[in-house]
Amino acid sequence: MLIANQDSATIIGRPVQRLEDPPLVRGEGRFADDISFPGQLYMRVVRSPVPHGRLIGISIGDALACPGVSAVWTAADIADIPPIDFRDTRVESLVPYRQPVLARDRVRYVGEPVAVVFANDPYLAEDAADRVIVEIDELEVLMSADDVGEFSEGRTTEPMVVRQSYGDVDAALANAHRVIELDLYVGRHSGVPLETRGAIARYDKHNDILELHGAAKVPHRNREQLARMLNRSLSAIHLFESHVGGGFGVRGELYPEDVLVCVAALRFERPIKWIEDRREHLIATNHSREQRHLIKAAVDEAGRILAVDDVFFHDQGAYVRTHGARVLEMVSGMLLGPYNVPAYRVAGHYRLTNKTPAATYRSPGRYEGTFVRERLMDAIAAALSIDRVDIRRRNLIPKTAMPYARELKALGDEVVLDSGDYDGLLHKALDRAGWAKLQKDVGDQRRAGQMVGLGFSMFVEKSGLGPKDGVVITINPDGAIEVVTGGASLGQGFETVIAQICAGTLGCEYHRIKVVHGQTSRIEHGIGAHATRATVMTGSATREAALILREKVLDIASRLLQTDREQLTILNGLVMRGNEPKGPTLALAEIASRFASEADHASAGVSAEGWFHTEHMNYPYGVHIAQVRIDPLSYAVCVEKYFIAYDVGRAVNPMLIEGQLVGGFAQGLGGALYEEFLYDARGEPLSVTFADYLIPTAYEIPFVDILLTEDAPSPRNPLGIKGAGEGGVNGVGAAIASAIDDALHAPGTIRALPVTPARLHDAILSNTAVSAHGKKSTPMTTATGVPDRPMSKEGR
Amino acid sequence: MTDTLQSVTLNINDAIYVVQVEPRYTLADVIRSQCGLTGTHVGCEHGVCGACTILLDGEPVRACLVFAVQAEGMAIRTVESLSTGDDLHPLQSAFIKHHALQCGFCTPGFLMLLTGALEKDANLSDEELRDVLSSNLCRCTGYQNIIKAARAAADEMRQVACPEPHET
Repeated sequence: MLIANQDSATIIGRPVQRLEDPPLVRGEGRFADDISFPGQLYMRVVRSPVPHGRLIGISIGDALACPGVSAVWTAADIADIPPIDFRDTRVESLVPYRQPVLARDRVRYVGEPVAVVFANDPYLAEDAADRVIVEIDELEVLMSADDVGEFSEGRTTEPMVVRQSYGDVDAALANAHRVIELDLYVGRHSGVPLETRGAIARYDKHNDILELHGAAKVPHRNREQLARMLNRSLSAIHLFESHVGGGFGVRGELYPEDVLVCVAALRFERPIKWIEDRREHLIATNHSREQRHLIKAAVDEAGRILAVDDVFFHDQGAYVRTHGARVLEMVSGMLLGPYNVPAYRVAGHYRLTNKTPAATYRSPGRYEGTFVRERLMDAIAAALSIDRVDIRRRNLIPKTAMPYARELKALGDEVVLDSGDYDGLLHKALDRAGWAKLQKDVGDQRRAGQMVGLGFSMFVEKSGLGPKDGVVITINPDGAIEVVTGGASLGQGFETVIAQICAGTLGCEYHRIKVVHGQTSRIEHGIGAHATRATVMTGSATREAALILREKVLDIASRLLQTDREQLTILNGLVMRGNEPKGPTLALAEIASRFASEADHASAGVSAEGWFHTEHMNYPYGVHIAQVRIDPLSYAVCVEKYFIAYDVGRAVNPMLIEGQLVGGFAQGLGGALYEEFLYDARGEPLSVTFADYLIPTAYEIPFVDILLTEDAPSPRNPLGIKGAGEGGVNGVGAAIASAIDDALHAPGTIRALPVTPARLHDAILSNTAVSAHGKKSTPMTTATGVPDRPMSKEGR
Repeated sequence: MTDTLQSVTLNINDAIYVVQVEPRYTLADVIRSQCGLTGTHVGCEHGVCGACTILLDGEPVRACLVFAVQAEGMAIRTVESLSTGDDLHPLQSAFIKHHALQCGFCTPGFLMLLTGALEKDANLSDEELRDVLSSNLCRCTGYQNIIKAARAAADEMRQVACPEPHET
């Protein structure tokens, strides 16, 4: 079933088939809801139906009387459990805004957990949950981050402003040839994996071990956090990751439900199972992205940027979650993308509203930032009548300037762009797409009466967040090879990639390798899978461990074969003399077996631990090119062609990278055209089913042509790897907006995502209105007021 | 509630399951929790995502929109029926070969959707295939490789169904 050529000497870099697939295509995956334990109780969460109010009382009597019900809890039952804390950087000013596991005296969004029901059947748990009566004294709602209100006595809904700056921005603005200003908005959308969340906790009383199954993303970090919250020692909690039905940033954060199943398993000494339904997912799992940016650029006559000044408003929703202020930090640190900007100032206003709490979604802060920055570049081009390609070329950081220190921070790390040839990739991308021919073809289509346009975007991604990761590799006496990591798999092909790196470095067949991940009981340390770090960090640690193991193997083989180790090579699991492939060979199994008997612990085999440390992230980069057609009657936008050029430093498995890029594109297109969490003016969520929240289908996704380059390997790891998880989604909103503008011959029309037909219709009407008053139809060159921000479907 | 339980006989993948169900139990829930066939996944419970697609008398159907009591007497096929040991269905092999899955959660639904469509007509055009595939949601792959895999499997299934004459 696996492809024939899996030669270990060249396995790194080849598009080999995935080790993960066989059980998944047979329906033998083990996702959260596939995990059950005898005697388990099912938990059902009672959620606030009201976006903001004082909790007067919760009446649980009727629910308790329902058949099959064991218990109903409210906040009073878990008074000893603290709010869910920050997983990463603690931000003091955000501490009072953390979410309680169950609402205490106030509810702050529709969907907030206020009580939980435990029953011996999921249908009965749901029946009983409907009988819990929650009495709430409604308060005024705050539904826009444009406004600041009161969070609690003495506390506003703006706990912090993230600021960064360098250079003299005011002087640049004062002396500029032109100042270009924009008011831009990115809608609220999120990861929405196909598998909803799930958590199954079990307490092994005999050994005093609490187990949490259904873990994802960062099992080791969540274990630490749970240990603190439950006041248990680390060694008394273990998290188990099984199959995970997509993560995209939102899954695997520590949520109230994860804590509740653990507490209940300890108290009831019975397994507790919770599986989220889709409506719950859309109102309870992290939202993301919603920001409004007021951005200015000072430019000279040639369109060179002199300064960028951005003030943005981040709609956090009702509470601070595990990520604290990370999205804002990433926006502020990565906003400038691939461009040289002599002076920069950014202020990100962290604001709470009465919506579902927000956090990271694939390419957090960069999808938003790229939309804003690339809209700005298009606006500069339009204002100065310079070609959109030329304006970018004039501002790109040259290859010769690498490494390039930004004087900014992102994720607590100094932004030092490690390597890149941005202009080179732009050339290659335009060549691959056939930019000149595309322009000609689009011209022909327009003459035939179609509304078609081309757009593009450039961006810098980030990957490989440190500081360290460690891996243990063991060759068992029977020849089985096991790589144990604290990494995690969210479906991205982690096992295959790690196996390829191990196979290529050690010299064995990749399909014989078993990669263990997401099991806190197997390894003490783990970084999980987030921030596009798995291939860089865990991959590099795997290489280190495999190198050490290789030395051990060669030591033994050199004795057994009576050959200098320098003359030995390991290929496809066999140690042999380098120039005599037909000479004597030793299988890795024999060596492991010999090592085990010599080491006097017969079953252990030979193993090695390897660590990789890095001081800085690295920075892959890309170009997206879009061709769109607008339906003149419905205002629907159809993407006719799409190109992605992406420099990944070094591709471990190009097939999987292309899969990441196309999948990311589809999500980016969702955010650009279809997906949005809408609320009515009273705070009622309107996007609570897949009929309201529109995920793109096979019908909306065009063929995506991908150019994967390896022109700028990262100097920050031995394989030169950069990550690929977020490059597909990053530039989509920006490229689509640019293409729609082009189709309309009206630069600056698109100021808000997603570009729904209603929003596009309104934008075109407002363009026409401006033109009718005799003004220039390029509204981007002036401040344009609030972009249209629908609060209700009726309003759209 | 338990007094509303009734006995239902389900024929799933040519095996007989006698289950006790309330009328409100969905077929998806019963297949998973009572019959132990967890390959059928539940992604939305309102008939949009298609992760729970199964075949009912050969027709692709959302198992979350059917009550178990309605399926009595019908031939139910789930993803578990597609392979025998290491012997994979052409669709399963094509999904692996063309990297048509990432997390794999939606995969069983796509496989059953395509099985139903291609068993009826293995000559579907690219446009017709895309139309069929747009019934189900995938959040990982962007569909491109699912379309490739479906095309490849359709071609193979057509070959098997009516092999081209050998030149003599």
